[in-house]
Amino acid sequence: MNLLIKNGLVYDPINGVEGEEMDIAVKNGKIVEKVNERRAKVIDASGMIVMPGGIDIHTHIAGSEVNAGRLLRPEDHFIDFEAKTEVTRSGVGRSVPSTFITGYRYARMGYTMICNPSMPPLEARHTHEELDDTPIVDKATYPLLGDWWFVLEYLEKGLIRECAAHVAWMISATKGYAIKLVNPGGVEAWGFGRNVEDLDDPVPNFGVTPREIIRGLCKVNKMLNMPHTIHVHTNRLGQPGNFTTTLETMETVSDMADERPVIHITHCQFSAFKGDDWSTLRSGAEEISKYVNSHSHVTLDMGQVVFTDTTTMTADGPWQYTLYEISGNKWINHDVETETGSGILPFRYRRKSYVHAVMWSIALELALLIKDPWRIYLTTDHPNGAPFTTYPRIISWLMSQKARERMLEKINRKARKRSLLQDIDREYTFDEIAIITRAGQAKALGLRSKGHLGIGADADIAIYNIDSRTVDPSRDYRKVRRAFKNAAYTIKSGRIVARNGVIVESIFGRTLWVDAVSSLDDETATKVSKDIEKRFREYWTIELENYIIPERYLRFPICIQPRRRSEK
Amino acid sequence: MKVWEGNKKRALRDLFEIDGEPNDSPRAITLRISGDLRKVRMIGANMTDGKIIVKGNVGMRIGEKMSGGEILVEGNVDSWAGCMMTGGRLEVKGSAGDYLGASYRGSRKGMSGGEIVVHGNVGNEAGCFMRGGVIKIFGNSGGFLGVHMSGGEIVVKGNCNEYPGAGMLDGKIVICGLVSSIVPTFTIEDIKETVKVNGEKIMGPFYRFIGDIADHGHGRLYISKNRNLHLKSYERYL
Repeated sequence: MNLLIKNGLVYDPINGVEGEEMDIAVKNGKIVEKVNERRAKVIDASGMIVMPGGIDIHTHIAGSEVNAGRLLRPEDHFIDFEAKTEVTRSGVGRSVPSTFITGYRYARMGYTMICNPSMPPLEARHTHEELDDTPIVDKATYPLLGDWWFVLEYLEKGLIRECAAHVAWMISATKGYAIKLVNPGGVEAWGFGRNVEDLDDPVPNFGVTPREIIRGLCKVNKMLNMPHTIHVHTNRLGQPGNFTTTLETMETVSDMADERPVIHITHCQFSAFKGDDWSTLRSGAEEISKYVNSHSHVTLDMGQVVFTDTTTMTADGPWQYTLYEISGNKWINHDVETETGSGILPFRYRRKSYVHAVMWSIALELALLIKDPWRIYLTTDHPNGAPFTTYPRIISWLMSQKARERMLEKINRKARKRSLLQDIDREYTFDEIAIITRAGQAKALGLRSKGHLGIGADADIAIYNIDSRTVDPSRDYRKVRRAFKNAAYTIKSGRIVARNGVIVESIFGRTLWVDAVSSLDDETATKVSKDIEKRFREYWTIELENYIIPERYLRFPICIQPRRRSEK
Repeated sequence: MKVWEGNKKRALRDLFEIDGEPNDSPRAITLRISGDLRKVRMIGANMTDGKIIVKGNVGMRIGEKMSGGEILVEGNVDSWAGCMMTGGRLEVKGSAGDYLGASYRGSRKGMSGGEIVVHGNVGNEAGCFMRGGVIKIFGNSGGFLGVHMSGGEIVVKGNCNEYPGAGMLDGKIVICGLVSSIVPTFTIEDIKETVKVNGEKIMGPFYRFIGDIADHGHGRLYISKNRNLHLKSYERYL
């Protein structure tokens, strides 16, 4: 279908377009210079803003931990369900929605690509089955590699080439997109009831330190020329005083910096705590943002907390145990053979809780104090900080000091007094919102054809019913929230999939994966293959043949060859 | 008024014959429902005031989350009757299924107020995660009565299956009949001649147990002394 979006106020930061009234033409799922107006479906976008489709760099939407979360929380299904319609299937779940409604809900908000950030390699098949079931949006998933025994072994021996070869094999075998590290070394230590205390605390039974793991995998990431940087959930996440560990983590790879960022610190809010214990907890956002503002090798995402009931899930087993001790809630703890671990636990963030209110404030402080919007992205670490459906609220907080003040009035008094937000008057523009919700994320993920509306880009487009010429988001933040909640139109691959919050067509998106093995020379690739074959018999409980996900197993795979990748 | 039938919304008048006049004051409204209601769920769910009289057996989740008013069922009710209710009164002339006054699956918010009276028997896990209110059962109860309860009162005039009060943190359970077994993590405190439930004095004597100590609980479990001779061995700890 050809489309012509007429007279929209276009925000396309990658191409330097900021609120210009212009037309966008779409043909065969791509953006083109022009189409024949008489043969195209014309969308009148007068008085509306037009942006590239939203991209979520970090959202737990598929795989074993998400499914375990669903099983753990029948009460979450009970409070939120959707009946089927002529085009959609039914589904349940508020904080951990089932696959179909996950896709629909993202599409309603104008999102067209989402990245599942923590896939135990052993559970890759399950993860891809769920991703395949998630409609409309494009997907990618990051295998957890920071605690994999072979990575630890090779890095301990300083065998970086061998490590790179094994990581490449794993990414290709599991159809992954990026290297994910969760509490590097700490998850492995948790298997023995321990954690790592800092970046130089050796991992039990291996001797390698978290610093060596982070540096090693950062080097590997560069050797393999991966499209995204290493994606790091820091050590000591969630512990008071952890902002120093976060600063150290960023600094430890600063010497590897080149023209591109080399490390992504994910859900940074959880890693920006000052103080000695929960009662003295303070925001470390100022220190983190100061570092980020003066160094170009780091990107971050927010990990915003919203006051609501949600489900926390992460590979960071020791952190989930801490949460269990704090809340006393039901929880799941899981160890994944030689690879990683995980924990799941329901959690309610309360406005009147000092700690929760500080957490709410920290993420906004980070987003507002970091000057370059290209290096901080909007996430809630869905569902850890809040369900992704809260994004419109977060956008309104970022765009309106008044909206923030209204919430500040409602939170814990001590937290309000200590919040840095009271002294921050920055308000995001629509252009900056376009950066932190799509353009910046596309750039960080190395996606050439997404996150912009230039000629040849994928026709993934969101149109929001708000006129940026007349609406003052600072004052009319409720209008902003309403507009971003239900896109007037969501267009995926050139097809209108949602209109005013109603799904009008359900299609299936693609799964992007990186064929990292193609970065290796033939001799190394064969050597690794033989080594893995031998080790599989020794270490894993399943056969190698069942482990590797063939490309044909994915519904619509898109393979990215790192060598042939070129930057936009 | 629309209601769900399976996955489709139907007009209520397509499924029921409706008589009577609407009234602006909920308190003045009495709904009388009769027919084969075994598959009809959530009658009186979220009810705040007024009265519902049901003739016949009804399906699951009657009176769910009700906060006021009264429901009278002249028949049996299925599982999850009065679950998560916060106020009002539910009276069942027949028997009830499982999870009477309980929380929904996975949730920890059981009944927190109001009164449930069942003249017949009830199934398993009545009062599961109960936080407040009163449940009176004139017949027998299934297993795990008041499991995980943290408040409120339950009285069973008949017999009770295994493990009443397992995991309870607080609240009161009174069993006037035979109890097949109790969890070993309750300690006997004393023997009481009478016990009061919702202002009503119930004659004993009763063994008074405290527990569940495995969960650091201090709930009170009263069990008829005369009907439970197999518990006599506990007396040596007094």
